Amino acid sequence: MIQVRNLTKYYNDFCAVDGISLDINKGEILGLLGPNGAGKTTTLRMLTGYFRPSSGDIQVKDFSILKDTLKIKKLMGYLPESAPLYHNMLVFDYLDYVAGIRGLNREERMKRLRELADLCGLSNIMHKPVHELSKGLKQRVGLAHAMMTDPEILILDEPTSGLDPNQIADIRDIIKRIGKEKTIIFSTHILSEAEATCDRIVIINKGKIVADDSTISLKKKAEKGSSVKLSLSGADPEKAAALLRQIAGENEIRKLESEEKETVSFEIKTSDDFDLRKEIYLKIKETDWIITELFMESKSLEKIFRELTKEN
Amino acid sequence: MNQIIHIAVKEFKDYFISPIAYIVIAMFLIITGWFFFSTFFLFDRADMRNFFALLPMIFAFVIPAVTMRLFSEEMNIGSYETLLTMPVSFIDIALGKFFAAVLFTFCMLIPTISYAVSIAMVGKLDPGPVIGGYIGAILLGGAFCAIGIFASCLTRNQIVAFIIGSFLCFALTIIDKLLFFVPGALTGVVGFLGADSHFQSIAKGVIDSRDIIYFLSLMFIGLFGTYLVMQERN
Repeated sequence: MIQVRNLTKYYNDFCAVDGISLDINKGEILGLLGPNGAGKTTTLRMLTGYFRPSSGDIQVKDFSILKDTLKIKKLMGYLPESAPLYHNMLVFDYLDYVAGIRGLNREERMKRLRELADLCGLSNIMHKPVHELSKGLKQRVGLAHAMMTDPEILILDEPTSGLDPNQIADIRDIIKRIGKEKTIIFSTHILSEAEATCDRIVIINKGKIVADDSTISLKKKAEKGSSVKLSLSGADPEKAAALLRQIAGENEIRKLESEEKETVSFEIKTSDDFDLRKEIYLKIKETDWIITELFMESKSLEKIFRELTKEN
Repeated sequence: MNQIIHIAVKEFKDYFISPIAYIVIAMFLIITGWFFFSTFFLFDRADMRNFFALLPMIFAFVIPAVTMRLFSEEMNIGSYETLLTMPVSFIDIALGKFFAAVLFTFCMLIPTISYAVSIAMVGKLDPGPVIGGYIGAILLGGAFCAIGIFASCLTRNQIVAFIIGSFLCFALTIIDKLLFFVPGALTGVVGFLGADSHFQSIAKGVIDSRDIIYFLSLMFIGLFGTYLVMQERN
């Protein structure tokens, strides 16, 4: 569907996007992750044809962004960061104007506006001026704007930034609902969001791709190397450590500061998939110590993200 | 073509949603009305020559105030990005905004027709120069609109856009009055650049193709400059 080849963008001497190549398939929900200033927005702006790449090319279907910009723009709906809209227009007038520019005729327009009002939950605010809307509502108007012609590709730049948890859930819901038949590319720096909505995650840092994988396999990679946390009540710290050493073998054991009295806590890091919990339980059962806590913590996406985008 | 109309209609409506339109029109009418009628009875002539003599100078300040928001505001609130990612070409956008501004100028001139009507009631008004004057006013307004739009797309600050725009329009208006500073060989060329003399010759009722071409080329230069700036920004 979309082929990005060696995409590069310079702002004067500063290289914002440095040779990105990507293939995005039809029907995929792709999450573009990265710290602030990594080049996410610049990449999306080039995809939508708002910026011209300094070098490299983007092919959408058979069109090249360098030549057929208008044809590509027709295939795409775009929601810029923080949804900039005309403040003094009414929501209805605004959407009607967008529908007109996008080439819908009068009857289609009314029908489409009704559908969008239902889909994005705008029915009650159609008659309000845009500047009176809350941030979440503006975002929904922006989403309706992006979906006006039912485009095959939707590009959303941080669609949930600055929203409250309910609104975030609403927007995610909409994205998931429309994502079934559309290609969606969205940027975010909230990892749980990408994890919950995307099929595929691309992490960029300093203008380069540092990870590109399906959400599932990225999570699997992350889970390799987990740590088990254990708290024991009524145990002698020395003896407990010795016992755990037997179980853990080569793996690293760390004693943690315990918050409760007469409790000792340990963290055992393992480098492979091997689950130690069963063995630990069986061994402790033989003693008269009491297990107050025992859980496995998998390395989350967050950790991977931090490792890949760390400053050094 | 369709897109141009949609953009033009939207921009034109926008003027009347906010108080800008009413303020600008009121100011324009008060200023022209005062300057024109305060001396009108002293001359004891039933014509609108004084009105049209003042028009270029007033337009040089009023029209940049009309056009200053067209691009600057969009760039300031970021809607420029939403606009450009819709399937519209740069030319559609520039022309749409240009037509909206010209239409607005037209609306601003309509109430002044009452001057002509009231003069015709008290004396014998020669319709030729009046019709010529209005045709010239539209051409002059169009040229200044194009220049104002060019100024507006240079900056995201509306006040800066206004200052640049009115500076350019004002310079074009007074350039043919500064000819004695110009070396003799160049007076012909520099004199031809002045908007005022072209406008006054149309306002006399003489429609000369040179004057029309002059205004059309000013419009073209302004809009083409806008197009180049938009492309450069992209």
